[in-house]
This record gives sequence, structure tokens and C-alpha cells, in this order.
Amino acid sequence: MKLTKLSALVASTALCAPMAMAEDMANELTIVSWGGSYSASQKNAYHDPYTAETGVKIINDESSAEAVAKIRAMNEAGNVTWDVVDVVASDAMRLCDEGLADEIDHDEVLAAAPDGTPASEDFGNLIVSECFVPQIVYSTTFGYRTDLVGDTAPTSVCAIFDLDAYPGKRSLQKRPIDNMEWALYCDGVAKEDLYDVLSTKEGVARGLAKLDTIKDQVVWWTAGAETPQLLADGEVVMGSTFNGRLFSAIAEQDQPIGMLWDMQSFDLDGWIIPAGLSPERKARALHYLNYATDTQRLADQAKYISYGPARASSAPLVGKHAELGIDMAPHMPTDPANATNVHTYDYEWWADNRDDLDAKFQAWLAK
Amino acid sequence: MALTPVENQTPGFVAAVAAGSGAFFGLFIGTSQGSGPMGMLIGAVLMALLGFAFTMMTNKENQIRWALAAAFVVAGFATAGLPAAVLGVFFGWFAGWFIFWLATSRYRAHLAPYLTAGQVLWYYTFRVICGVIFVFLITPILVVMPLSFNSQDFFTFTPEMLRFDPAGFSLKHYQDFFSNQDWQNALWNSVKIAPMATLLSVTFGTLAAIGLSQPHVPFRRAIMAVLISPMIVPLIISAAGMYFFYSRIGLQGTYMGVVMAHAVLGIPFVIITVTATLVGFDRSLTRAAANMGAGPVTTFFRVQMPLILPGVISGGLFAFITSFDEVVVVLFVGSAGQKTLPWQMFIGLREQISPTILAVATILVGISVLLLATLELLRRRSERLRGMSPG
Repeated sequence: MKLTKLSALVASTALCAPMAMAEDMANELTIVSWGGSYSASQKNAYHDPYTAETGVKIINDESSAEAVAKIRAMNEAGNVTWDVVDVVASDAMRLCDEGLADEIDHDEVLAAAPDGTPASEDFGNLIVSECFVPQIVYSTTFGYRTDLVGDTAPTSVCAIFDLDAYPGKRSLQKRPIDNMEWALYCDGVAKEDLYDVLSTKEGVARGLAKLDTIKDQVVWWTAGAETPQLLADGEVVMGSTFNGRLFSAIAEQDQPIGMLWDMQSFDLDGWIIPAGLSPERKARALHYLNYATDTQRLADQAKYISYGPARASSAPLVGKHAELGIDMAPHMPTDPANATNVHTYDYEWWADNRDDLDAKFQAWLAK
Repeated sequence: MALTPVENQTPGFVAAVAAGSGAFFGLFIGTSQGSGPMGMLIGAVLMALLGFAFTMMTNKENQIRWALAAAFVVAGFATAGLPAAVLGVFFGWFAGWFIFWLATSRYRAHLAPYLTAGQVLWYYTFRVICGVIFVFLITPILVVMPLSFNSQDFFTFTPEMLRFDPAGFSLKHYQDFFSNQDWQNALWNSVKIAPMATLLSVTFGTLAAIGLSQPHVPFRRAIMAVLISPMIVPLIISAAGMYFFYSRIGLQGTYMGVVMAHAVLGIPFVIITVTATLVGFDRSLTRAAANMGAGPVTTFFRVQMPLILPGVISGGLFAFITSFDEVVVVLFVGSAGQKTLPWQMFIGLREQISPTILAVATILVGISVLLLATLELLRRRSERLRGMSPG
């Protein structure tokens, strides 16, 4: 009896020897993301193949919107239940600064590009924090109702401030980021001077004054799904949201919506690993990251959603939409035709000034 | 004071009151068509004219009412097709009924004959106010139901839906609910958590209620207040407290943790309903049972339990609904593995606005209505039983 058990053990150890790593890794992963079509694209491109290959059970938690607060609470309670968390770059920087996310050695953990370029070079300057593994490039940009804008479709972001040419409500995100830049840009500030002007008291007042001209026509949104809904209802003529949301409303749901790419605001989304995981869970999380961010997987995600892969080496591999069969490259925010006039969002400036501007913006909203 | 005889009213009175109702409905139609005041005016004038004319012809009531309904249907169909024709049936029927109801003084027929005009007016105004409040409360729930059959992925009444075009409707959101793994997992989690939490709530709540109804228990009020507190303390405070406490003892993110948290929320409901039932319970029955040799446990299960059962069950139903509808506590105490239906709806609403939520909401409303109907039947039975019991 003992002998058979022993021999079975020996046999199984021998079998598992090539994947000795797997022995000391957890076999369950809780991955936190944003929900909706974005989570669905990750499930299709990363989770399902990973489960098929390793047998690891992946639990999806759609709590990224409150990731920072929840990770703080988990840390305080000494009970970290998340393994891999999808956050925007600025949240990753905050978590990293507070020691709530683990630092990652990008070249050691992540796969190199097929031609051997190390990961840190492949991702390049998109690695904005030591804790952050970039995944996609998305943009906050505008969609407009093609049947409500008359004969001349808007081509400039300043159409949002033009109530004469485009009367009706517009939806904007309820935060100063992007809105202040757009307001100043349309008030005549040159693109490269935006943050210099915004650093002064007069600049902030100027931006708010510009927003004031449309304040009573603005519907403020907080969740990315709101603008597509408002556009579909015809409640608003134009509105800002994430470009992938607009893509799915246009291409998958046939809504009469057009894209306004002018002054689109690029941002990054990617993974972090929360601090305080047990060694087995951390090993599994790193193993998953290596798998999910290799060149092919990142390109695969673009089959399901119109966000640009963060690796330079993935771009040529972007193919067609998995169900609709349309070419995805022209729908990427990074496509040259779409990226003729891009607003580059300054992470550092906002990290330093966000609290102050949030307060001023909220005070202005309440007026 | 002279008695008011029931006789036909003057055309002027009928026209004026009918104009009022016309203005009321005209306001809604007018607002939906772009101009509220215009709709009020048209509605008032139309109803005044009809009221004035029909008061002279009360002997031909049936023919006129049929003709009026038909005229409204045709007018509605001619202006905006099928949906307006359906509205026309309603308004035509209402206009005919209302005018003749006024003209022949039927509205006074069942009221006490000595009431003054002012009292009659208040009698009906009160009912109209109640009706309006009822509509105000129920409309948001009713709007959800047709929207859940939308063939688009938005919360929008599409032109196809408003035309009653079958292409505008579909069952795809229901199909998504029954085929999507996320929704099915959430449903099963809810189905696993709610009955277990209910069982715990009912057991502990009933025991507590029986204990607290004994006159010799010290600090009854204080204990009661503590047990009821989860119902009074804001949920978010209970949730945050439970999160840190459960994290420390290893219950956070486990099935048992969520069950226990929900049981805590359900216990007050059971205590309140069972305590209320115990008020009508005759204690001499337990003494009689003891006199005949039954131990306390036998007495409880054979004598007391059957009599307070309606209270226990209705408390249990409340506890079940509390657990089934709860989202705040489970967001804290649960982890993604215990994602319940309300949780899934919450994230679906925030991140996606998918009408699958509406399909689920419609199903849940149906379940709630069934549960509440059961509750009402039980309450009636309890009342009947109590009426029969001595004392």
C-alpha cells in the first residue's frame, strides 16, 4: 500500500519535472479589470488560453474603478485577495509610490519580442512606473451623432465649444483632466504651452471660463458607458468617452455615431501586482503576466476591442475583428490617420496638481 | 342644509370639469410632442366642447361613447399609427366615461346625500392625489419591463419599439442572462447564499424573539436594540466594519462569511415579525402543555411553533429578499468568487449599461411579487387564526 503510494508520487514528480515551476505556484488567480467589452476582450485573448494551457482557474473581478481604495483597505486589513490588477497608468503610479504595488523587473519577468528585443525596449517609454506593465494604449476622444450635426460634421475638438454650429447637449467626463486642456486649446493656447498656462492661477480661471460658456449644455459622466448610451438616445449631440466604447457602439451596434479624433487624449492601461501576496501566488501572477503580455497575446486583444497594443512589436500583428472581420488597425487610436493631432497628457504635471485642480473644478461645478 | 338631489348637471359645469381633465392629460401628450402649454390648451378646449355637447344627449350615452372611442382611435391612427391608436382607445373610453359620469351625476350616487360640493370635490381630489402618487412610485418599475425586450444594446425605446414593430423586440437579453457564464455564476451564488442566510436568520431570530418575549429576561430592551441595530445603522458602516473584522478572522471572501453577514442583516426582520406574532400568543397554552407532561422542546415544536409559524415564515421571506437584493455588504465581505446577482447588476450598470440588467430586473420583480403575494396570504391566514384563538 505504502509502496504504491510512493511509486505514484515518484511517477507524478517525474512527470511534472519539466514544469517544476508549476509545483510552487497557486492554481487560482483573481484578476481585476474594468468589466464590459474590455474584460471580455481580455478573457478571450488572455484568460481562456491561459486556463486551457495551465489549468489555472481565473476569477474575474470588475472592480478596477475603485482599485486604489480597495487595495489600500486590503493592505490595511492584511488580507490581499487580488492577484493581478488592471489599472490606468496614473493609478499605478500612485499605488507604486505608496508601496501598495510590487516593483517588477520588466526584462526578467516579461517575454522578449520575437526578434529578441528585451521587453523594456519593446514597451519603451510606456513603462511609466517600476510597478506597471503596460497593456494597451487607449484614448479619450469624442463621438458625435451623425444625424444631429447637420451637413458639416465636426473635424476639430473645438466643436464642443461651438454652440452656434452644433447646438444641443454634450457629455464630458466629470473631472478636470483633459477638459481643462481642451478648453485652453480652444481658447487659443498653443498645444505645447498648455501645461505652462495651466500652472498659473489665471490659466486655470481661463480654462474654467471657457468651460463656463457651455456649462448649462453639459451632461457630466463618470462611467465610460454613459456617453454611448446618451448618444444612442440622442440626448447629446457629441460626447467624450474611451475610443473602444465608441467603436463598439459604431461597429458592433450600428449606431449613427461618428468619431472625432482631433486632440484625442492618449492614456495607458496595464497590470500591477498588489504588494503582500504569498510567494506561491506571486509566482503565479508573474507567470500569468509573462504569458498575457507577450507580443502575440497583446496583438490578439486588438481582435476584440479597438485599443492599441502597448508593445511596438505587436503593432504589425494587429489583424481583423474576431466576429465582424473588419480591419482593426484603422480603428486604433495610434493609427497615423487618427493620430494627426494628439494631446499628450502629462502624467507628472497631473500627479503634482491633481488634488488642487480637482478641488477647483468641483467648486466650479457646484457654482 | 338641503339635500343635493341626484340629477343631471348643467353643460357649463360638465364642460369646465372635463376641460380640467383634458388639460391634465394634454400636458403629458403636449410635453412629449414638444409643447406642454399647447397640449394643455388643445386638451382643455376639446374636452370642454365634448362635455358641453354631450350633456344634452345623455339619453344616447352608449352610442356616443362607442362613437367617441372609435373617433379617438381613428384620429390617433391617422396622426401617428398604431401606438397612438392604442392611446386613442384609452383616451376615447376615458373621455366618454368621464363626461357621462359627470353629466348624469353618477359621481354623487354612492356618496352621502348631505355632502357639500366642497366635500365631494375633496373626496375625489384625495383619490386623484393617491392615484398620482401610486403612478409615481410604480412607473420606474414598469418602464423597465418593456425595455428589457429591446433588440438593441441600449436603454432606449427605439422607433421600432414604439411602432410595435416585432423587429424592435427580442428575447436576446433574456438569452444572454441564461447563457452567459458570469450571470449564471452570479445567479447560482445568490441561490446558494440566500437560503442559507435565511435559515440562519430564522433560527436565531425566532429563538431571540421567543427569549425576549419572556418577562423575566433582564435588559430586554437593550438586547433588542442591539439585535435590531443592523436594520438602523447605515449599511455601509456595517459593511466596512464587517470587512475589517472578517478579514482578521479569515472569513472575508468566503462563502460562510457572506452567509453570516447576510444572516446578521436578516435577523432583525425575523425578530420583529415573530415578536409581533407572539403578542397574540396565549401563554396559558404552554402551561397547559407542561401540565400534560410535555417538555419545553415538545411544547415548542407541537404547540408554540405551529401558532407562530406565519410570523416565522414572513420574517424568513423578508430575510431572503434582504439577502437576495443586497449589494453593499457583499461588495465588502465577498470576493469575486461570491459575486451575487445584485453585484453583477451593479458592475454591469456602471461599466456597460447592458439591457441584460433589465431582463434580470424584470425576472427579479416577478420573484419579489410572488414572494410578497405569499406573504400577504400568510398574513391573512395568521389573522384568521388569531381571531379564532382564545384571549
